[in-house]
Amino acid sequence: MSDVADRVKKIVVEHLGVEEDKVTENASFIDDLGADSLDTVELVMAFEEEFGIEIPDDAAETIQTFGDAVKFITEAS
Amino acid sequence: MFDLTGKNALITGASGGIGGDIARALHGAGATVALSGTRVEPLKALADELGDRVHVLPCNLSDPQAVEALPKQAAEAMGSVDILVNNAGITKDNLFMRMSDDEWQSVIDVNMNATMKLCKGVLRGMMKARWGRIVNVSSVVGAIGNPGQANYAAAKAGMVAMGKSLAYEVATRGITVNAVAPGFITTAMTDKLTDDQKTSLLKQVPAGRMGESSEIAAAVLYLASPEAGYVTGATLHVNGGMAML
Repeated sequence: MSDVADRVKKIVVEHLGVEEDKVTENASFIDDLGADSLDTVELVMAFEEEFGIEIPDDAAETIQTFGDAVKFITEAS
Repeated sequence: MFDLTGKNALITGASGGIGGDIARALHGAGATVALSGTRVEPLKALADELGDRVHVLPCNLSDPQAVEALPKQAAEAMGSVDILVNNAGITKDNLFMRMSDDEWQSVIDVNMNATMKLCKGVLRGMMKARWGRIVNVSSVVGAIGNPGQANYAAAKAGMVAMGKSLAYEVATRGITVNAVAPGFITTAMTDKLTDDQKTSLLKQVPAGRMGESSEIAAAVLYLASPEAGYVTGATLHVNGGMAML
């Protein structure tokens, strides 16, 4: 697993309080990991800080799964 | 009773009577305050009076770029913004049928749209801190209307409804969003009224007197305090009984 994926997973585990093995490629933050809509906003904020990138609102809306997040951040950073 | 030691507060309209007293109240409870307003001189005078734990951040809320920059400037100056008091407001009164688009828009821009942008600007820090207080200074006029003030009433009611919606969204994060709705308060704005006007106004007020800006500040202080943590989406009416809502 890439370095980006590891760091994203760490943030997701910490923020949502879920088991690491639940955070799979296709795991949806809301449907599978118990996030509410505000959690997803906070996750995006945490990603921005961890990776020093800016994630615009329209892009943030497309980040639904762990895989989406890793893909977006890998391309952006 | 209310201890705000270690909390950082941004107050808009701090150059006015009510805003100045809000700053004094929060500062008196131990908060560090950032005073914002359009007129620099009164802000500096107030800063001198308060002494330490005070920053002056002049801002014209009708300038969208300045509005956007203000929360960042406040966070840089103080380290964070834990308490936001949206107190600044303007009036451009006119009969509804004569009200120009500009009179409407400028009052909506400063009183309501700037409130929205400032809330947005401070929320990120409050969400991370899991603590925040937003107090919007509305008006009794926003609840009961007033001839000649369709723009002002709409903006003040808008602040309240916006605040309630935001209160829903951020309640789980320890952030409260409330409003204080003053009635007739002794300020520069109401000093302009003639004695006859004042007498007829006071007939509507069971308390039989105008309110003092310190009485608005006390309500803001309560809503900004840790003790008010279970109060959110509320409007505290401070009006001597003229509208019991």
